[in-house]
Amino acid sequence: MITLTVNGKKRELDAEMTVQEFLLSQQYHPGQVAVELNEAIIAKSDYETVSLKQGDVLEVLTFMGGGCR
Amino acid sequence: MSENKKDSFMLGGHEFTSRFILGSGKYSLELIDAAVKEAKAQIVTLALRRANEGGVANILDYIPKGVTLLPNTSGARNADEAVRIARLSREICQSDFVKIEVIHDSKYLLPDNYETAKAVEILAKEGFVVMPYMYPDLNAARDMANAGAACIMPLAAPIGSNKGVCTKEFIQILIDEIDLPIIVDAGIGRPSQACEVMEMGAAAVMANTGIATAGNIPMMAAAFRQAIEAGREAYLSGLGRVKEKGASASSPLTGFLNE
Repeated sequence: MITLTVNGKKRELDAEMTVQEFLLSQQYHPGQVAVELNEAIIAKSDYETVSLKQGDVLEVLTFMGGGCR
Repeated sequence: MSENKKDSFMLGGHEFTSRFILGSGKYSLELIDAAVKEAKAQIVTLALRRANEGGVANILDYIPKGVTLLPNTSGARNADEAVRIARLSREICQSDFVKIEVIHDSKYLLPDNYETAKAVEILAKEGFVVMPYMYPDLNAARDMANAGAACIMPLAAPIGSNKGVCTKEFIQILIDEIDLPIIVDAGIGRPSQACEVMEMGAAAVMANTGIATAGNIPMMAAAFRQAIEAGREAYLSGLGRVKEKGASASSPLTGFLNE
């Protein structure tokens, strides 16, 4: 069991997994998100090789409607 | 404008023929496609936010293909935050366009020109097509142009206010003095106001709330598009002169019936 912070909230995972596995398990569309792990951007080409570990801070971001603010 | 005479403008080496940039906020997702099509917009702005889990509908599925996505840095309170948002946004849309918004005034939502210019400098060096939203100040606009901005986006009035061209005289100074496209953004609430800034020589208009809060959104998008096209043609035509005193008859002053 590992504990992460995802978008500001504590999350528990059964085991370490890759960014790609995490995104798919949460029904995120990998093509429509940007991922920041411990304040570093993870390139899409690295989703399948970078693993999430105990204490990681993950941000998963996407586009919303917006003109200004 | 005749069909075979293309009236385009350039942003960072990319050519656009539509002079209407549409913001995508405040709509139901179902109406975005119709609004973009009626606007004939080639550029649509988007905001970056934390994603919800669970495969919820994403705005990217509702924007017509072929439209250039213009992420904004809304939510940024300083240059560093704007840079962070710009880099993250580029990961999603795989395009280099970014609209810089740096705002820490929560009442009037006025942009911070100083922090914006700093973000322009950093992002232009990284190869972004940087489009800064700014308070219309000539010195700040020059700083942004020198830092590598692709255009200047002065506000007409506070964001979302629909109050029209409150900063008209200062936008005109930017149009006259800055050798970049001037794209008027924020506060344009009516088609007539969009037409007005195009008559002044603006390269394009960005609007969102004026359309999103209208009674019939696709119809208002079309009305804005037509007003922007009319204003552009008026500008290209050269406006008729203003006579400050007296009048000037438009029909001959001889040959009256009672002469």
